[in-house]
Amino acid sequence: MMKIQELTKQYDGKTVVDGVTFTIPKGKVISLIGPNGAGKSTVMGMISRLIAHDSGLVHFEGKDIGKWKSKELSKRLAILTQSNNIQMKLTVRELVTFGRFPYSGNRITSEDESIINQAIAYMELEEFQDRFIDELSGGQRQRALIAMVIAQDTEYVLLDEPTNNLDIYHATNMMKTVRRLCDELGKTVILVLHEINYAAFYSDYICAFKDGKIAKFGTVEEVITKENLSEIYQVDFEILTIAGKPLSIYY
Amino acid sequence: MKPQQLLTGDLHLWEIFLVSRLPRLLAILCTGVGMSVAGLIMQQLCSNKFVSPTTGATISSAQFGILLALLFMPASTLWSRAIFAFITAILGTWIFVWFIQRIQFKDMVMVPLVGIMFGNVIGGVTNYLAYKYEMTQALSSWLVGHFSLVLKGRYEIVWLTIPLVILAFVFANHFNIVGLGKDFSKNLGVPYNLVLFAGLTIAAMITASVVVVVGSISYIGLIVPNVVAMYKGDKIKGTLVDTALFGAIFVLICDMIGRIVILPYELPIELIVGILGSLIFIALLFYRLKYGRKSIRLGSTGTNSCATMPNLKGGEQI
Ligand SMILES: Nc1ncnc2c1ncn2[C@@H]1O[C@H](COP(=O)(O)OP(=O)(O)OP(=O)(O)O)[C@@H](O)[C@H]1O
Ligand SMILES: [Mg+2]
Repeated sequence: MMKIQELTKQYDGKTVVDGVTFTIPKGKVISLIGPNGAGKSTVMGMISRLIAHDSGLVHFEGKDIGKWKSKELSKRLAILTQSNNIQMKLTVRELVTFGRFPYSGNRITSEDESIINQAIAYMELEEFQDRFIDELSGGQRQRALIAMVIAQDTEYVLLDEPTNNLDIYHATNMMKTVRRLCDELGKTVILVLHEINYAAFYSDYICAFKDGKIAKFGTVEEVITKENLSEIYQVDFEILTIAGKPLSIYY
Repeated sequence: MKPQQLLTGDLHLWEIFLVSRLPRLLAILCTGVGMSVAGLIMQQLCSNKFVSPTTGATISSAQFGILLALLFMPASTLWSRAIFAFITAILGTWIFVWFIQRIQFKDMVMVPLVGIMFGNVIGGVTNYLAYKYEMTQALSSWLVGHFSLVLKGRYEIVWLTIPLVILAFVFANHFNIVGLGKDFSKNLGVPYNLVLFAGLTIAAMITASVVVVVGSISYIGLIVPNVVAMYKGDKIKGTLVDTALFGAIFVLICDMIGRIVILPYELPIELIVGILGSLIFIALLFYRLKYGRKSIRLGSTGTNSCATMPNLKGGEQI
């Protein structure tokens, strides 16, 4: 379980994350939504120790996040950040193999190999696995990075805008993979999404941010309502119920 | 001297062989391996293909250290000069990398330019001090790299490159991960700053141990890793051995050219490497500008000489 209390972050005297408190339930999919600059990525960074917080607490699996040994934490929690500008000529497979580094270091075992193969299969990258990542399209590269995080095989998986650059087929496939990671492998997945309908359809909980604060946190049905969304995004919304999920139309 | 003459058991020939020829060969190999691996490490850690001991101020810092040793300890041994060179090379490289990390240049060509300027500033100070204290004569031997003074008993420091290269091989994956960025390393539990500066230290020590023995040798650390990366990629575990071998062969060939051109005299290696290296470097720059980071696709087994050919051709067109 991950408990976040009164988390605050300032940049140049401007408060960009302001007293954020919520608890991430284990074994669920949680989506963070909200307008640009609402502070979603900053929160993701702080709960994964990539960004130092100014005040507040991040309590992860019984310990403060800062008290974890870096190596141990990298076996429990993996994060893919929003922008990854990789200028290196690595093949997809070599990149995914780095996901096993916290476990095996330089010695990749046959068990690692099968986890790597599985991660590559999840992201449908078999035909690209020996291509250099700097010669792939943006979406293919994004999938390679997600595959690496999957290969890291952690209980907690944090993905900041994973559907970035992906076409509808691969974005949907990616969301289905997230569901499988949660339902079949029991992982906790925390996502930042801009596509509200993906968030509504595939997550268990939604946390909506606005101006560095949590505007709404709850189950999909609680958060995805006409009033909430109109207030958060300042856009007109209609909500339809399809397959038992509240899907939204905005214009 | 021919190999079969050695077999006749002529003691004098054996002495020449052991005192001069063998040390020279070993020094050439260590230089080629060391400088190219040092360049590889620096390029990976800074994730910039144009960083190297030459363009990262490492060589000029090492020379500065040698001058300090000559100034403060006129009777200094090779070892004490080496220690000075180690310290200044490490510090110079650290300062350079700390600086480019601070500034975060948009254009990757800016980084080596800044490095060259920084190196020239240090070189300027070195020259100034050398003139002032009439040390130019003594220093000149370290400014232009050459193998003609490599003799048994005064070159063994260059062997240090071998354990350092092995160390680099052990930490190859760490260097790769650090090259992928700070967030990337943290996510995989790799201590970014520790690995960055430890790696730079290894590269600087390799460079310094070459510079104290043979003097400055530019460009190897820049071009060899680039050429190998073009057909082998950037996974250090997979390229380190190729880079080391290619570097050794490159220096060996340059040495042979240097000894043949104006027989019976020899040209300093730095001159040959400088001419060949700068041509290949310009070709590389144009190749990068034209094709970006696209790799050269060779058949299944590309040999080193094949890999350099496209570059040399590119250079002639210019
Ligand atoms: N390194 C930084 N230095 C200064 N300000 C920053 C920095 N990182 C983020 N900010 C500011 O913090 C605020 C929140 O940024 P954040 O990246 O968390 O937004 P976000 O919700 O992820 O937005 P988006 O949907 O566009 O990704 C923004 O106003 C941004 O300008
Ligand atoms: Mg963001």
